Amino acid sequence: MKKYICNVCEWVYDPEVGLPEEGIEPGTPFEDLPDDFVCPECGVGKDEFSPEE
Amino acid sequence: MVQSYALSGQKELNKSMNTELRKNITWVGYIDWTVRDFHGYTAERGTTYNAYLIQDDKTALVDTVKAPFGHRLLQNISNLTSLNSIDYVVCNHAEPDHAGALPEIMAALPNATLVLDQKCMDALSEHGDMSGWRTKIVKTGDTVTLGNRTLRFIETPMVHWPESMFTLVPEEKLLFSMDAFGQHYASTQRFADEISLGTVMNETRAYYANILMPYGKQIAKVLKQMDTIDIEMIAPSHGLIWRTHIAELLEAYGNWAAHQPKRKILVIYDTMWESTGEMARAILEGASLNDVDAQLIHVRSSNLTHIATESLEAAAIAFGSSTLNNGMMPMAAAVMTYLKGLRPQGKAGFSFGSFGWGRGGPEAVHDFMESMKWEMLREPLKSKYRPSSEILDECRNAGRMLAEKAKEMA
Ligand SMILES: [Fe+2]
Ligand SMILES: [Fe+2]
Ligand SMILES: [Zn+2]
Repeated sequence: MKKYICNVCEWVYDPEVGLPEEGIEPGTPFEDLPDDFVCPECGVGKDEFSPEE
Repeated sequence: MVQSYALSGQKELNKSMNTELRKNITWVGYIDWTVRDFHGYTAERGTTYNAYLIQDDKTALVDTVKAPFGHRLLQNISNLTSLNSIDYVVCNHAEPDHAGALPEIMAALPNATLVLDQKCMDALSEHGDMSGWRTKIVKTGDTVTLGNRTLRFIETPMVHWPESMFTLVPEEKLLFSMDAFGQHYASTQRFADEISLGTVMNETRAYYANILMPYGKQIAKVLKQMDTIDIEMIAPSHGLIWRTHIAELLEAYGNWAAHQPKRKILVIYDTMWESTGEMARAILEGASLNDVDAQLIHVRSSNLTHIATESLEAAAIAFGSSTLNNGMMPMAAAVMTYLKGLRPQGKAGFSFGSFGWGRGGPEAVHDFMESMKWEMLREPLKSKYRPSSEILDECRNAGRMLAEKAKEMA
């Protein structure tokens, strides 16, 4: 599973870790995040994330 | 034809204000003595918008000022050199307090290239028309050589906006740190060591709490990068320049970025007929232990800026509101909303307050604190109409628990 990085603040979504504080289980791929997912650091939506090289 | 901005009458005054940081590196900003409401931040001592001119084989201006003060900046530059001679304008931050005058400045500097990162380009192009501006996009590690001195850029996203950037002059061990390490503080002095350290640290803390508190993680990352750089002087874009106490400054920033609490508690409240006020004073009484800094803050006698500043280092907070129309009082809600946005981490607390017939004040505060993921030390402490002596005893006990918690945490 691919990590995704926030274009705005560079926070990284790691699917292995998920985001348990927000109810996102470890093992959730970026593609399966809900549409209303926002970056926990800066608040931008999924469309502001890019796959991390 | 370039307009002349050097006014003869003002030349002497401006010359004395154009303080040199290093040989031919000069402060050319604007001192805003009269601002008090800085986008909602209560700036009791005004502020400055710092801009710096570096004169070498090439000449660079680092940052500009808030509009409509661009002409003041141009006057300050004109006292030192011709506007034709500016080769570069560095934009470290697109926020209007530093880039607001950029259109006026770019129009007045016929030979200048604007140096900025890609996100700054994106942000500025959403702020206004950049057509006709020469630009150079830089990223972390890129340099621009001026002659004996070099500008080296370090992108610092979210400190304070996505495009934020530091500019380092390695030969001078001088860091232009933009909003970071700044203070809202207007003065005729330019260096932090020219005023009392307590005053400048208090203003630095207020600035951090109200502007940078949400970005602790990004600041920790930047501080780590700074560890590897030799720095003797930090020149922020607001307030005073640091040339002493840099280790203490970086340590304070490290503690704030880590949300490190002190042995400090706050009792914050709003009240209608003093029932909640009486409870607040009883909580404070219980919390008044040796070695614990306990403060009572009445919301409508204070302001958001002060409350956020005091919250930064508080380990635990009791927050009270009377019940108004089945909810909390509106100014208490304003404080809660503001605090939530600043994302203070790792706090403990509880809510309290009075009610008459309807319910909801202290409960609404409790839910809000919980939504900030604070450790809730107890259920809402409530009083129907006036607090009885039993309830006031309960308040004293709850206050003691709050102070004990702070001791355990710090
Ligand atoms: Fe800013
Ligand atoms: Fe600023
Ligand atoms: Zn982000």
